[in-house]
Amino acid sequence: MRFEGSSTYVATADLKLAVNAAITLQRPLLIKGEPGTGKTMLAEEVAAALRLPLLQWHVKSTTKAQQGLYEYDAVSRLRDSQLGDDRVRHIGNYIVKGVLWQAFEAEEPTVILIDEIDKADIEFPNDLLRELDRMEFHVYETRETIRARHRPIVFITSNNEKELPDAFLRRCFFHYIQFPDRETMVRIVDVHFPGLKKELLTEALEVFFGLREVPGLKKKPSTSELIDWLKLLLAEDIPPEVLHSKDKKVVVPPLHGALLKNEQDIHLFERLVFMAQRNR
Amino acid sequence: MLIDFFLHLKARKLPVSTREFLMLLEALRERVSGNSIDDFYFLSRACLVKDESHYDRYDRAFGEYFKGVTEIPGLESELPEEWLRAMAKKLLSPEEKAKLEALGWDKLMEELKKRLEEQKGRHQGGGKWIGTGGTSPFGNSGYHPEGIRIGGESAGNRTAVKVWANREFRNLDDNVELGTRNIKVALRRLRRFAREGAAEELDLDETIRGTARNAGWLDLKMRPERHNKVKVLLFLDIGGSMDDHVRVCEEMFSAAKSEFKHLEHFYFHNCVYDFVWSDNVRRHGERLPLWDVMHRYGNDYKLVLVGDATMSPYEIMHPGGSVEYNNEEPGAVWLRRLLDTYPAAIWLNPEPEASWNYRPSIGMIREIMESRMFPLTLDGLARAMRELNK
Repeated sequence: MRFEGSSTYVATADLKLAVNAAITLQRPLLIKGEPGTGKTMLAEEVAAALRLPLLQWHVKSTTKAQQGLYEYDAVSRLRDSQLGDDRVRHIGNYIVKGVLWQAFEAEEPTVILIDEIDKADIEFPNDLLRELDRMEFHVYETRETIRARHRPIVFITSNNEKELPDAFLRRCFFHYIQFPDRETMVRIVDVHFPGLKKELLTEALEVFFGLREVPGLKKKPSTSELIDWLKLLLAEDIPPEVLHSKDKKVVVPPLHGALLKNEQDIHLFERLVFMAQRNR
Repeated sequence: MLIDFFLHLKARKLPVSTREFLMLLEALRERVSGNSIDDFYFLSRACLVKDESHYDRYDRAFGEYFKGVTEIPGLESELPEEWLRAMAKKLLSPEEKAKLEALGWDKLMEELKKRLEEQKGRHQGGGKWIGTGGTSPFGNSGYHPEGIRIGGESAGNRTAVKVWANREFRNLDDNVELGTRNIKVALRRLRRFAREGAAEELDLDETIRGTARNAGWLDLKMRPERHNKVKVLLFLDIGGSMDDHVRVCEEMFSAAKSEFKHLEHFYFHNCVYDFVWSDNVRRHGERLPLWDVMHRYGNDYKLVLVGDATMSPYEIMHPGGSVEYNNEEPGAVWLRRLLDTYPAAIWLNPEPEASWNYRPSIGMIREIMESRMFPLTLDGLARAMRELNK
């Protein structure tokens, strides 16, 4: 099994290498990077490219590691016991399988996405150490041990909101998705909008990278914002000349709300444009 | 050979472990990558480095090991920035800055442009970088040292050699960059969750246990909700020599504001005296006596002072030394009072740590703070948070 990128996802050489290393050695791959650089999409694309089922586990601040393995639904059992339901006699009826359990007992290898692991409690990664390392866990309630039939391919994304424990990091491959350079960006846009006019793309990228250079922006526009913006430009049928006019006359690019999401940023940007107009 | 490489990384202070090294060897045995040095660079990085802030250090170590002789790779890409900073300062002297500030922003811009034009004629090398700054559509951002971009993002087909030689991850090194987000991460170390206050949340486990003990009769148990109970008093130096650090302080402030529920902030100028103010626009109208602050906020607050501590020693040691008014008691007395009230306290200094020794006032403040002064870098913030957590 090798991942070579796909028709809908542009992977750089270093990213492909990291993914393939993780697949071959069956270790988790930890992905970090600026928001909007396609961390979550990677798992989806790898699963699609390798034709494997994808199991997603979106982590929230309240998520516990145990929930990925299984949960004992004590409340239903309690209710059933008061109603005199027969199912209540067997505890196995009240065990809800989590993402890892489903992956471990699947007939074929699976791809697991543990999304935004840094959102959870600081103990969360540590609680999963053994499970991800040995790919097995013990169910206390039914006294059985679940072992993976096929070691799943695990992708973990992090937004860097918390530091992950060393012991956890040592067991993973790590890749930092860097913000794409202009050429990669052209390829990415090409994948999303195959028929895009050359001039529009050149002008749009010019504006986009120019905007990323503006000092002091709180949130720089990212790939996903560029894609959204292009979508809008196409929908509104804006000709490339409008974007180009910046040489002769400095203007605010149309629909810039898709690129700048922060009120202060928009304000700063408009002020800069205004100043540039006056200074010429 | 690779053992030496591994030891070399260790010697360069990269946190690599044997386990990761074995993983790399395993990957090589499984022929995950091709045989080129580029592939090896990417593969070894994915195996050994687990934090993008170490990428730069890794690039340097890798370059050293596989090239041998280049002593300080990337030196040439670092010089211009320093040089530009120096130049921005040099071109406009403080008096000129003050004079021009009175004239307004536009004039200031014009003046700087004019100077850069002159500079173009005299300095060949220098003109190039400023040129790039000038062509930017929103350009003219030359005044603020942070505003100048050098060289521009690399374009073209990037091979790994270029990556490590260019040290593209230099910005991610934890001694340099300080974005809002990074500050948040650093500040988050201070977070301490505690259960406190009224019962609010259903404790399911306890309820089940209690119900079972009651032979099936529901026995509801509640527990208090967890919340962030860290309280912070933030004192920010404003004006004067701090103007150069406005941006980094703004970032720090906005990050702190979203991170702590109990955050009170006050401004002071150079050193703390009898009063502070919480709105800089109305600084002369709404002054708040420091005594009131100390009485109002209990000693469980953690005290964070942000300032460059760059001033005349008189401003610290002598009554009447303040540049703003005639203070009865010296700044040092007030600072000590603050420290007596708040045992957990730190001073964050946006000036680079290396320059601290050359400023007598920084030394004095540090002494009063019992060396709890940290640079305003990610690494410094992390150390500061550790100190506050003690």
